Amino acid sequence: MAVKVIIPTPLRVYAAKKDSAEVSARTVGEALGGLTTQFAELRKHLFTDDGKLRSFVNVYLNDEDIRYMAKEATPVKDGDVVSIVPSIAGGRALA
Amino acid sequence: MADPFQLNISHELVERIGQYGAGTFPHECCGALLGHDSAFEEKAGAVPSREVLELFPLVNRRDDSPRNRFAVTAEDVLEAEKAARQHGLDVVGWYHSHPDHPARPSPFDREHAWPWYSYIIVSVMSGKPADLTSWRLNDDRQDYTPERIEIRNRAAV
Repeated sequence: MAVKVIIPTPLRVYAAKKDSAEVSARTVGEALGGLTTQFAELRKHLFTDDGKLRSFVNVYLNDEDIRYMAKEATPVKDGDVVSIVPSIAGGRALA
Repeated sequence: MADPFQLNISHELVERIGQYGAGTFPHECCGALLGHDSAFEEKAGAVPSREVLELFPLVNRRDDSPRNRFAVTAEDVLEAEKAARQHGLDVVGWYHSHPDHPARPSPFDREHAWPWYSYIIVSVMSGKPADLTSWRLNDDRQDYTPERIEIRNRAAV
């Protein structure tokens, strides 16, 4: 299936400054895998060392958060749009 | 030697970030930095530059621990990006306050940071704005590089 992956602004410098990429995938996980195959430098910003999506990386299939679907196993179809959306967190050290 | 990163911002916006930090003290404030970055402009040979031209204050979603944590949800990020587009700008970074704490990124800040964005931190001591610094996460995610803040009176873009 041909799907479009939307790349968030802070990661575009690792993706030839593109704001999206076309990948061939059957699931959201495969779409993200296809993206990091095209742009290897993206991987460490999206996934932890053990291959899990980082907690502040949010992924939407069209307008649905994949956490409320089948997560990375969520199937995709031709023309779907997978969006990577940052969430932001931080704060001072304790004490 | 030139600093690797420089952030241009007006005195007025620096003051406003301090005021937001004082207003939410002893809780952390947070919001988006809207502006321009030359990385996405098509001018050949342009000197890399970044300028903050507007702020987009957000509600700190960490109501369980607002004195030492801040959180901006994905929905808030999309709202900030929409506001930026309406001004013809991009979200180029984020600001937050450190109540009664220095304006230095914490290990928690680093673990949750994105590359490329500018992270402005304002220290608010006993309710009064103090130091203001800006940082960028290194590509290897292991550390931050301080970003030089150039305070300007007018937009130069």
